[in-house]
Amino acid sequence: MIRQSFFERNLRYLFPLPALIFVVVLMVFPVCYTFFLSFTDWSLTSGKPLNVVGLKSYFDVLKEPRFLEALGRTFYFTFGAVIVEMILGITIALILNRAFAGKGVVKTLLLLPLVATPVAIGIVWNLFYDPTIGILNYVLSVMGLPQSGWVSETKSVMPSLILVDIWQWTPMITIIVLAGLAGLSSEPYESAKVDGANARQVLFKITLPMLMPTILTAVILRAIDALKTYDIIYAMTGGGPGYSSENLNILAFKYSFEYFRMGQSAVMLVFLFIVVMGFSLGVMRLRRAFEL
Amino acid sequence: MKTKNMFVVLLVLLCLTVSVFAQGTAEQAKPEIRVLLANHPYGELLKTKIPEFEAQTGIKVNYESLQESQLTNKLTTEFATNSSTVDVFMTRPLQEGLMFIKNGWYKGLDKYDFNDYPSNSVDIGRKDGVAYIVPLVTEWQVLYYRKDLLKKAGLTVPTTFAELEAAAKAMNKDGVAGFASRGKGAAAVTQLSSFVYNYGGRYLDGGKAVFDSPEALEATRFYGKLLGNYGPQGVTSMSWENIMPVFQAGKAAMWTDASVFYGQIVDPSKTQIPASDIGIAQLPRGPKDDSPFIVVSWGMAMSAKTKNQDAAQKFLDWATSKELAKEGMLTNITMARDSAWADKEVRAIMNPGLVETQAHAAKNGYPFDRPFMSSVGQARDLIGEVIIESINTKGTSTKLPALAAEKAKAVDDLLKADDEYGKL
Repeated sequence: MIRQSFFERNLRYLFPLPALIFVVVLMVFPVCYTFFLSFTDWSLTSGKPLNVVGLKSYFDVLKEPRFLEALGRTFYFTFGAVIVEMILGITIALILNRAFAGKGVVKTLLLLPLVATPVAIGIVWNLFYDPTIGILNYVLSVMGLPQSGWVSETKSVMPSLILVDIWQWTPMITIIVLAGLAGLSSEPYESAKVDGANARQVLFKITLPMLMPTILTAVILRAIDALKTYDIIYAMTGGGPGYSSENLNILAFKYSFEYFRMGQSAVMLVFLFIVVMGFSLGVMRLRRAFEL
Repeated sequence: MKTKNMFVVLLVLLCLTVSVFAQGTAEQAKPEIRVLLANHPYGELLKTKIPEFEAQTGIKVNYESLQESQLTNKLTTEFATNSSTVDVFMTRPLQEGLMFIKNGWYKGLDKYDFNDYPSNSVDIGRKDGVAYIVPLVTEWQVLYYRKDLLKKAGLTVPTTFAELEAAAKAMNKDGVAGFASRGKGAAAVTQLSSFVYNYGGRYLDGGKAVFDSPEALEATRFYGKLLGNYGPQGVTSMSWENIMPVFQAGKAAMWTDASVFYGQIVDPSKTQIPASDIGIAQLPRGPKDDSPFIVVSWGMAMSAKTKNQDAAQKFLDWATSKELAKEGMLTNITMARDSAWADKEVRAIMNPGLVETQAHAAKNGYPFDRPFMSSVGQARDLIGEVIIESINTKGTSTKLPALAAEKAKAVDDLLKADDEYGKL
């Protein structure tokens, strides 16, 4: 028997080790530490060392109306954005899924919002949205329509933010769906043609059902991101006017870095974690059902 | 095969030791300090002067320049996690001073000579007889106005709140807002403060929240009435960074904010209005008082964890020196040192409007522009809710007293949680 060195015997453990260490240090540890903090009353403004207080921070947070509103807004933003993005993204993909002159150019143009920096996008959209000197209100007034406060008014701030998200992320859905479309086998279409199915039947009975796993993957990816949205909202409104565009992530940020109530902030992040986790598991289960 | 193992171990050890030695030798050669600055005009001034300091003292200064709230975040995170390597930093006494003192993050400045500073400006950064913050920059509330529009309306500079309202009404036309001030909840708290004082109210009194008092409520209603009726559109989401461009674009006739922005609104490269049309006046007096805020907006402090105390002390002394204070004044930065204001050269150049309003505020003003407490961030958001309600209803909200009482109780709860209730 050849004597192998420790190094060679354990190669399969040693090579993934850097990646594993990376994940543990930067993902597993922070998540566990956040869970730990959520059971403490750590607050920098009190100047006292942290105490483990069990579920007290959880009760404090659940009593806070801002938290419940932010939770609702997190879902509102996610569903509002993802549903429209899916409809638009799939439609655009179906339109693009044929040969036409300039297809490459159109695809490249579509990709542009996707590669832009969220904060830069936020600043540019804020200029569009500015009620006094912005272009959108100018366009509305030229068309004789009533002006809007866009992100500066409570009632219009969430739809305005969702619009930016849709503008930025619809292309991603289009790209994913286009990839899915390219991978569909042509046989069902041929037999549908033989059977005399019309275009509508082909779309709803063949294309969409076969695309479902792809679509659900896109939903998971997009929804996880939308639930955790931070950059665009922070850059555009900082959660305002008042608290009217605060989602869970923004609220948790304020609690930790403006209020310095780390315990309560950790509780909010635990809830966000549960929401994202629960949502992803649910959609993944749904996806499995379609994969049969 | 053993040799291969040994080789890997040796390589790792080598990497570790090399970096340790590298650090060791650098420290011996030249003292090095890390400084955090705000991207405030004074921070910018320091940046240009740091090479001179390095040449004079042989101390290497590694500085970073951050936006004010990011500066607080960075300092807090580093201090709270005990991983800070900061030696000297700019700090906002009213925003974070109490919390930093409480957590023991500032080093006591027992060697510093505070004789050239107004004593109340030093007291804000003092606890149990120990001073922790050197005041750098002061700010007070002023009224910026458009001389041309005021003249066109046949009015003179408002000196009372009634005249202020009349002027706002008269000039609110042709796409120009009659009056602008911060409306964005928490950010508006500092600007509302002078209105509250001029109505005879306070945010806190004896460590208890009193912004639901009739005087404070009246002030909040008046502020909401002005901004709701004559303010720019979307004012409840506007802080100074949103209002300044509106004023610079000629879309606001009057604007009340801190004195610090004067330089920028008369800078011809940034504003579309000729400087000769822009005036600066003291905030009009209210029904009860004539007491705008005048605060130490920035100070400088040393970290309690500094490993280079001598170098850090040298830098602090230099960065807060008389000479640099004078340089600051010459570029329109309103410094905290008394000597800087007395300097003849400065007085010859300084804008008379700034000098007059400063003299008025220094004499009559109140040294806080926000509730002075550790949980000031959260308290500002709570007061901000009351301000937004008032603006949205143009000051007429019937819910205002109940809302203010509810928020005052919430602020009291914060004071209690931080062990400050009834004590400040």
